[in-house]
Amino acid sequence: MLRFSTFLTKNHSCWVMMQKSGHGLSLRAYAASSAQPAPKSSTENARETKKEKKAFVTNSFVMNLFNGQLKSDQVFPFPEVLNQEQQETLQMLTDPTAKFFEEVNDPLKNDLIEKVEDNTMEGLREMGAFGMQVPQDLGGVGLNNTQYARLVEVVGKHDLGVGITLGAHQSIGFKGILLYGNEAQKKKYLPPLASGELIAAYCLTEPESGSDAASIKTRAVLSEDETHYILNGGKIWISNGGLAEIFTVFAKTPVKIPSGEVKEKITAFIVERGFGGVTNGPPEKKMGIKASNTAEVHFEDVKVPVENVLGEVGEGFKVAMNILNNGRFGMAAALSGTMRFAIEKATEHAVNRTQFGNKISTYGSIQEKLARMAMAHYITESMAYMVSGNMDRGFVDFQLEAAISKIYASEAAWFVVDEAIQILGGMGFMRDTGLERVLRDLRIFRIFEGANDILRLFVALTGLQYAGGHLKELQKAMKNPAANLGLILDEGAKRMKRVVGLNNGSFLTPYVHSDLAESASKVNKTIEQFGVSVENLLMKYGKNIVHEQFLLNRLANSAIDIYSMVTVLSRASRSLQQHLSSAEYEHNLTSVICSEGYERVQLNLNSLKTSEKLKNFEKMSKISQDLCKHGGLVQQHPLGF
Amino acid sequence: MAMRVLVGCKRVIDYAVKIRVKPDKTGVVTEGVKHSLNPFDEIAVEEAVRLKEKKLASEVIAVSCGPPPCQETLRTALAMGVDRGIHVEIGGKDYETLQPIHVSKILAKLAQEEKVDLIILGKQAIDDDANQTAQMTAAVLDWPQGVFASKIEKMDGTLKIQREVDGGVEYVEAKLPAVISSDLRLNEPRYATLPNIMKAKKKQIAKKSISDLGVDITPRVEVLTVEDPPVREAGAKVESVEELLTKLKDLGRI
Ligand SMILES: Cc1cc2nc3c(=O)[nH]c(=O)nc-3n(C[C@H](O)[C@H](O)[C@H](O)COP(=O)(O)OP(=O)(O)OC[C@H]3O[C@@H](n4cnc5c(N)ncnc54)[C@H](O)[C@@H]3O)c2cc1C
Repeated sequence: MLRFSTFLTKNHSCWVMMQKSGHGLSLRAYAASSAQPAPKSSTENARETKKEKKAFVTNSFVMNLFNGQLKSDQVFPFPEVLNQEQQETLQMLTDPTAKFFEEVNDPLKNDLIEKVEDNTMEGLREMGAFGMQVPQDLGGVGLNNTQYARLVEVVGKHDLGVGITLGAHQSIGFKGILLYGNEAQKKKYLPPLASGELIAAYCLTEPESGSDAASIKTRAVLSEDETHYILNGGKIWISNGGLAEIFTVFAKTPVKIPSGEVKEKITAFIVERGFGGVTNGPPEKKMGIKASNTAEVHFEDVKVPVENVLGEVGEGFKVAMNILNNGRFGMAAALSGTMRFAIEKATEHAVNRTQFGNKISTYGSIQEKLARMAMAHYITESMAYMVSGNMDRGFVDFQLEAAISKIYASEAAWFVVDEAIQILGGMGFMRDTGLERVLRDLRIFRIFEGANDILRLFVALTGLQYAGGHLKELQKAMKNPAANLGLILDEGAKRMKRVVGLNNGSFLTPYVHSDLAESASKVNKTIEQFGVSVENLLMKYGKNIVHEQFLLNRLANSAIDIYSMVTVLSRASRSLQQHLSSAEYEHNLTSVICSEGYERVQLNLNSLKTSEKLKNFEKMSKISQDLCKHGGLVQQHPLGF
Repeated sequence: MAMRVLVGCKRVIDYAVKIRVKPDKTGVVTEGVKHSLNPFDEIAVEEAVRLKEKKLASEVIAVSCGPPPCQETLRTALAMGVDRGIHVEIGGKDYETLQPIHVSKILAKLAQEEKVDLIILGKQAIDDDANQTAQMTAAVLDWPQGVFASKIEKMDGTLKIQREVDGGVEYVEAKLPAVISSDLRLNEPRYATLPNIMKAKKKQIAKKSISDLGVDITPRVEVLTVEDPPVREAGAKVESVEELLTKLKDLGRI
């Protein structure tokens, strides 16, 4: 259950909220995270905590959306972070990577034997595919996020099972060492991990603790001589669990807090299989990504030297969440590769298959499918590179955008591959066509690394809390209007403009290419309406909004739609400005995306207040309760038995 | 004594690209089209690198003649293990009319400057399919040649070259220095790995101009027109042998 009692009262940094975990904690789900890339020294920490007590300001587009404001820094213009040399290097890396996957890797074989073939694994090691973001002086390829995204896209285009093997290793398995490791840890572990000599895994999930990651029971206790921790517990569904030599493990440790009290807090550890007491279960039988090894990992009296604490003691939850936060763009990039593959297959079939005397590509139903697939891909691809670009530009407050890119990409990819199968008809259902496997592989992406349902709540609640803080500030200001006249007048003016619709069509205009003015004006409206909806929700429900998941989901969906629209407006504007040969095509994609997105936002935001909709939600809640009471369907069978 | 080896690296339109003829019929569209290292040259590079790994070669130098993007092609060779590159910059009209006769003179000149013992070239480039450069280079230098090599063995001061010929294999022995061209089955080239590509960025590529080399590249041929291959006309289905015979008679074929 998500609790949100600090809502409107505490400051707005998720990270600080999380540190208060245990009681009155707001968001302790798998999704929550800060965007702090590196650990801070304790003095820095102290300073920061103090600073965060004051107003929390961010330039995150999505965060500010909750205030009904456009913050353009992270969305316009579309980020271009690679210099010419980086661009050239990347081009040189992309071809051999693609060639390797085309000529050596056999995805159907991997799926069949439920592991990545040995020669492929060896080839990947030689390729350097296991250490793409490890600095060169530590044996890696030293790519930035954008370059990594581009290569991961190639992987996603060919084999998601291999993708997860590589991703569980470097995107989560040892990412913690890259982000939080000290010099000694980096020097010791990164070279053999980068070469793929050692494989890594990320161990968070437990039988009783999935989305609610803060509730883990695995425990580590400091030995009497304080030289090591004794680690005990069991993790489940750990990708690479059966292959890994190095594990990033999250466990509860007793920590003395400033008041002198001892509290159980999560700490991250680097655990070697060689420490002894580490065992794993057999590979799980799964629906998809069969090539990727998934297994239970057990720790029994494992002696972990104190040097192997990753980050600060008691700060493990932050480490866990930040690792995921930093890796989400990679999922969006990989899945945009997957969609590219499916769309190529579908278009190829559509232009070659004749039924009823015509190529099926001439029929409207097929055309609509292909167009929608292209739009879903365009949004995903744009989001992936917008997020990775912003990370490379040094922004740290990308958590909501990263979460949205993961949600959107995983659902869009499912839709696209499903439709590709439909276009191929019976052929799509056949194993050798290579799409059914992809559909199976894709299903897990909506579940792991933060279930999409949880990430939606995360987006909505984090945004609401940010907005709530500002509202609170305004309320406080109202108590002493004379002293805070500026703030109040400013807010007052904003509200007035909203009421009379003065803002409409204006604030996106300077950033968007004039050919897209109509789309921009629609998106403008949605941004304002979104701000008003947030304010209304906060006024009506206060902190109890946390219990209104029907509403939170619709709010999150609107935020996803608005971020999608703004992202493609930015990308298409760039294409128009640069007179790319595809500019007109992208213009078409963007106008349809904005036109339909606008309608969906209207629908979603209206449903937050229309009494009929609200009643529907109550009824659905009741229906579900009845189902649960009955252990399934409630009505009698039409035949009576 | 270990050899110094020169390999040719031509930048060609990638084999997977659908070739399109320019509207003015002066050539094919190259702009915005994916290019890569000529596959036969890739085999030549692989062979040279293997010689180096077996300590039979002391240094491997790759040469590419053409416009600036040839440097990317050279980087591929460097990533595969070549020691350094030479880019002979030739652009525009000069490049359009560059023929094997010119390239062979450039290679011969470089071979002398670099004091190499062995030149390995692809047997042909997949763009113009000329299959002349190795032979001409040997002629210019007056060195022995072993073309279409499917296996190379280093003996004492000579090379034993296996060639696939109609109905079997032929072995030729060539005294060093020599020119060799690679056939498809000489070896299977390695993949350029990501770390090696990064390392290759630090390797040196020397830039030379035609005037540096003093080679005459005045055109010897003139391209009149470049045309698409004729489109195959659609066939028709017949129901029976009788119908087929009638049709053929009508067409005056029987
Ligand atoms: C193939 C595979 C590989 C994996 N790899 C790893 C790995 O490498 N490392 C690792 O640590 N874990 C891994 N996992 C675990 C994965 O991250 C979890 O399955 C995921 O976090 C969801 O947890 P759960 O399965 O316990 O579902 P639960 O948390 O029990 O959720 C069940 C459902 O309830 C919803 N739900 C839960 N709480 C709420 C709420 N408060 N409000 C509304 N809805 C809610 C969820 O969205 C979901 O739909 C892997 C899992 C699989 C299947």
